Amino acid sequence: MISQRFTQISARRVFAQRSISLTSTRFSAPALITACKPLTQSRPAATQTVPEDEAYSILKAQRAVRPVSPHLTIYQTQIPWTLSALNRITGIILSGGFYVFGAAYLVSPLLGWHLESSALAASFAELPTAVKLLLKFGVALPFTYHSWNGMRHLVWDSGRQFSNKMVVRSGQVVIGLTVVSSGALAVYGL
Amino acid sequence: MAALRTPTSRILLSSIRPARSSIAIRSYATVELNPIRKVGEAMSATQPPVSEKHTPTIQEPTKSEKAKTKTFHVYRWSPDTPTEKPKMQSYTLDLNKTGPMVLDALIRIKNEVDPTLTFRRSCREGICGSCAMNIDGVNTLACLCRIPTDTTHQTRIYPLPHTYVVKDLVPDLTQFYKQYKSIQPFLQRTTPSPDGRETRQSPADRKKLDGLYECILCACCSTSCPSYWWNSEQYLGPAVLLQSYRWLADSRDERKEERKAMLDNSMSLYRCHTILNCSRTCPKGLNPGKAIAEIKKSMAF
Repeated sequence: MISQRFTQISARRVFAQRSISLTSTRFSAPALITACKPLTQSRPAATQTVPEDEAYSILKAQRAVRPVSPHLTIYQTQIPWTLSALNRITGIILSGGFYVFGAAYLVSPLLGWHLESSALAASFAELPTAVKLLLKFGVALPFTYHSWNGMRHLVWDSGRQFSNKMVVRSGQVVIGLTVVSSGALAVYGL
Repeated sequence: MAALRTPTSRILLSSIRPARSSIAIRSYATVELNPIRKVGEAMSATQPPVSEKHTPTIQEPTKSEKAKTKTFHVYRWSPDTPTEKPKMQSYTLDLNKTGPMVLDALIRIKNEVDPTLTFRRSCREGICGSCAMNIDGVNTLACLCRIPTDTTHQTRIYPLPHTYVVKDLVPDLTQFYKQYKSIQPFLQRTTPSPDGRETRQSPADRKKLDGLYECILCACCSTSCPSYWWNSEQYLGPAVLLQSYRWLADSRDERKEERKAMLDNSMSLYRCHTILNCSRTCPKGLNPGKAIAEIKKSMAF
């Protein structure tokens, strides 16, 4: 690069000198300017090349003081991401509930707890109807939501229904189906 | 929220890495070899800005009788005073004297009221992607976003979410550009065209690139993605994956398998959980979510 540039500059100077001697004053004027230019260009804004390691240490020093801009707290509440968050939360409730109950069931003989189906059914039957309904609805809700939304995800995985309109509409359908189906599951067998 | 980006995942990853056999080692399309990883994305935590209630409001410079005054709350932080917390600065503007777009409002603030306000802008017509910011909770280009004429509603302007703030509304997009570079965004082929002229493609093949080539890399979609917020070190994010798909879908490219192999790990591509904030927010009306689904499909079958 430097050698190329040097050749270019010297070629220009040679050309400029020739043009002064050969051509008329009218054409020599720009050439004179070229010849009088200093070898190095001056630029009002100075830049300097920094080796990569040094560049990262500069970046590191800058990042240590830079704040991270606000995100979740300022983002507009929209159906796509709220339903996605709900999908994860219901998934955690379902799997967490499964593990907690499974572990409790395993250790129950040691601790003398009664978690058998018959004992649970008997204690559940004693509760007032409103509490029964609420409990059943509460348990059914994560399950139904996660199932319906899972189907929505399966459709997406096939590469369909990706338009903004359909994403919102399918979200509304999932919410509707969730409420209706968990309501039905809560009422069933009362 | 910063807790979600604690170094645990990094510690886990680094402990897993040596255990992999040499065959199982997959090249990361992310910036694996790049020292930027060492810089650590989670060094400084998110600081909620000081509420506009605690900062003075800067008033419209030329008041008139029939003013349509609207309030703008703008995120401010200056590297000159790094110990000061970020704050929300309020400005009131007469909409009758301001252009229709949010960018016009910002430029008017900078020109007439507060020259210290810093933001990127260039083309003012939605083709350069410089003025990407979070306006009223949605990432968009300030030049394409109309000022809501309802003066009772106060507009809030933030930099792109979960980015390092360089100053005011200017985010640090170093990582974003590094990731773009990592997917090798250029045509790669070894066979010359049969007649020695340019490599041509059928109109049908060209049509496959519609909705992909229009991307201006404004980073609106990537910074709207919660998955990218928590994993921007390794997850490529919607914008870069859309670009990746642009080369996977190109009939002329001959390095498709290599491109796919670079994405074939748990982080680069599969951190996409189909949240679809990306498609919702794209100011150019593109659909990165669909492009990512197409990549996933092509990897599976």
